[in-house]
Amino acid sequence: MIKYILKRLVYIIPILIGVNLLTFALFFVVNSPDEIARLHLGNKRVTQEQIYAWNEERGYNNPLFYNNSEKGLDAIQKTIFYEKSLKLFLFDFGVSDSGRDIKYDIQQRMWPSLAIALPSLIVGVLINITFALFFVFFRSTYVDYFGVIICVALMSISSLFYIIGGQYLISKLLHLVPISGYAHGYDAVKFLILPVIISVIYGIGSGTRWYRSLFLEEIEKDYVKTAKSKGLSESSVLFNHVFKNALIPILTGIVVILPLLFLGSLIVESFFGIPGLGSYTIDAIQSQDFAIVRAMVFLGTILYIVGLILTDISYTLVDPRVRLK
Amino acid sequence: MFVFLLTDLFFYIIILTLLSYILYVRKTPDLLETWSYVFKNKTGALSVLVLSFFMIIALSDSIHFKNKVYDENNKKYTYTSEISSLLDIILLPIHENSEKSYSSPFSSKLYSKETVKIDKDIDKRVYPKLKYKGNHNLYSEKNIQNIFITIIISFVKTLFICFIMYLIIFYKTLFKNFKKITTYFLRNKFIYLSFFIILLIFISLYDLSIQYYVLGTDKVGEDVLYKSIKSIRTGILIGTLTTIVMLPFAIFLGIFAGYIGGFVDDIIQYIYTTLNSIPSVLLIASAILMLQVYMANNPIDFENVYERADLRLFFLCMILGLTSWTGLCRLLRGESMKLREIEYVQASQTFGLSKVSIIIRHIIPNIMHIVIITVVLDFSALVLAEAVLSYVNIGVDPTTYSWGNMINAARLEMSREPIVWWSLFAAFLFMFILVLFANLFSDAVRDAFDPRANKNYE
Repeated sequence: MIKYILKRLVYIIPILIGVNLLTFALFFVVNSPDEIARLHLGNKRVTQEQIYAWNEERGYNNPLFYNNSEKGLDAIQKTIFYEKSLKLFLFDFGVSDSGRDIKYDIQQRMWPSLAIALPSLIVGVLINITFALFFVFFRSTYVDYFGVIICVALMSISSLFYIIGGQYLISKLLHLVPISGYAHGYDAVKFLILPVIISVIYGIGSGTRWYRSLFLEEIEKDYVKTAKSKGLSESSVLFNHVFKNALIPILTGIVVILPLLFLGSLIVESFFGIPGLGSYTIDAIQSQDFAIVRAMVFLGTILYIVGLILTDISYTLVDPRVRLK
Repeated sequence: MFVFLLTDLFFYIIILTLLSYILYVRKTPDLLETWSYVFKNKTGALSVLVLSFFMIIALSDSIHFKNKVYDENNKKYTYTSEISSLLDIILLPIHENSEKSYSSPFSSKLYSKETVKIDKDIDKRVYPKLKYKGNHNLYSEKNIQNIFITIIISFVKTLFICFIMYLIIFYKTLFKNFKKITTYFLRNKFIYLSFFIILLIFISLYDLSIQYYVLGTDKVGEDVLYKSIKSIRTGILIGTLTTIVMLPFAIFLGIFAGYIGGFVDDIIQYIYTTLNSIPSVLLIASAILMLQVYMANNPIDFENVYERADLRLFFLCMILGLTSWTGLCRLLRGESMKLREIEYVQASQTFGLSKVSIIIRHIIPNIMHIVIITVVLDFSALVLAEAVLSYVNIGVDPTTYSWGNMINAARLEMSREPIVWWSLFAAFLFMFILVLFANLFSDAVRDAFDPRANKNYE
């Protein structure tokens, strides 16, 4: 087990290097730092000195890979690649283009993101499983048929509609909770409740359908027929046998996204003005702060890979048949 | 004079591929059997019908010309740099003129008061009348009566069109075997009726919007219905072009990795795991941001506004395609690994068939169902994604008509007092219809093609 985890950890290194090279190519080779500086300072009437100063401040003036003017180790260290890309491996995210410490910002903004994402996930999964079991129980009846149609309709609505509609209905017409904003401590609840509800409703359509198909797949299997022919009731087969076995893919599906919860949801956070990592990313994209976007790409990749490893581990925990080699 | 934008050409390729696929299906009995399963399903047939209406609109919006203008000085026609499409010409009576600002659906007045001089000294705050539509009822002074009569007339028109189509389809057996036609007609009554209703909706919308702003006007007085219809092309392009871009990568690399295996497999696996590890929104955002910088710094390459917007749409599709081929590639790799071990492939190997011909003869036909299911499933997700990306300002060009841009422009209107809801409503409604039928279609396709689908329960 430990050997397996170690092996996986070694395996992620080439992937991280690949991602690193890719982002480096995207952000520094496709457009030179000069062009990015020009964009930030306004296209017209920018002098070379201004661009130089802007780059100097942010450390973009070094050469890309190899610094000829320095000697020894400095020749490699005083380059953009080392300063901006390799340092990410040490979780040194550096300073954003607007001069803030990215690492500090991320640490601060992680928790509000989690405060929305975690309750949405838990409540959402519970509700989706309940609906899915309900539809499966009434399978091949009109309940199931119309349930699936409603799910498809819910899936077909844009997430923006849920957010805009929810804000308008709950906050503006009914004045139940504030439209947007955030507070620390227990006050945060009134700001968090609407985004959580909306995220849950948005997920119902696809989630329920997905869980329903998992249950249906399980119900086709032979052991279910055996259980039924032994004379067990429909509901006891469903809850005691099918549900437990279908939990394996459900659980592992949840584990894989657990680490990504820290990243938060881009649009929900920005609509509700929650100072999480999602709105951080959006702000960075809109103000074209590439240092932050780069850091978030790297962070997202790491979290994704961590999720994959956790999934593998959780398989062995819930399903004794699986052995990791 | 015809103008071919980059996305137009790709859209023609898509249509041609679709048509040739249909021809191919008609010749291949087992494929025909599977597809007929889609059409026997009522929702499947209905969704094909609706989607083909959308496709026709998108196609007519993809045929572009340069406008001709009569030059008074030189006494001859010259071409302007303005580009309009076939759809623009069909819808000319709808979007020719625009009002000053907001007006609500079917209204005859502007949505906000203005100061109007009545006499020399007396100013009055009134809702000014709309200039072009809303006050020109064709059939009756009362609005409701007028709308009713217009719909009735459209109904008659639709009946007439359907009758003509009926004559064209059945002209051979029309007078010989009337009974046969009736039974045929009754057997397929659902699809004929749906066709009739959809056509009726289109024609009456057209007739109504000559007289009214059916979905109101936006901030600059443009007809919202026209904007929503123009956005269909963007939505469909993003849904289809992206998959066309990614398909060659996914199929080629997936089969290569699965069938050849070994060293090649390792490299391809590494590539798609790496791409897959980056959260897709962030990858798209980074790529689009870089594109924006590139376009801002090289304005000479993109002289024409249309070409610039078009190129950005094209690149957006490319980037979306680049981020979405990994999933399909992984599926195809697994499937071709499975196929490699199956007896008939092994047999052809012993007979000495080359690897290329085994791939063409045996592997590709047997993975096509996965490709079709994935393409159809991805379509609706991509249409929805466009709106979100446009909201984050990394979607299509702001000058392009798209539902995402409409929502982005209108989202502050909800906090306006009194609220302007119709722009948002229109964008969401059109998007909902397209995505809903795409989802229903993908369900039908999956049921027909997926060997594992629970046909008993669906």
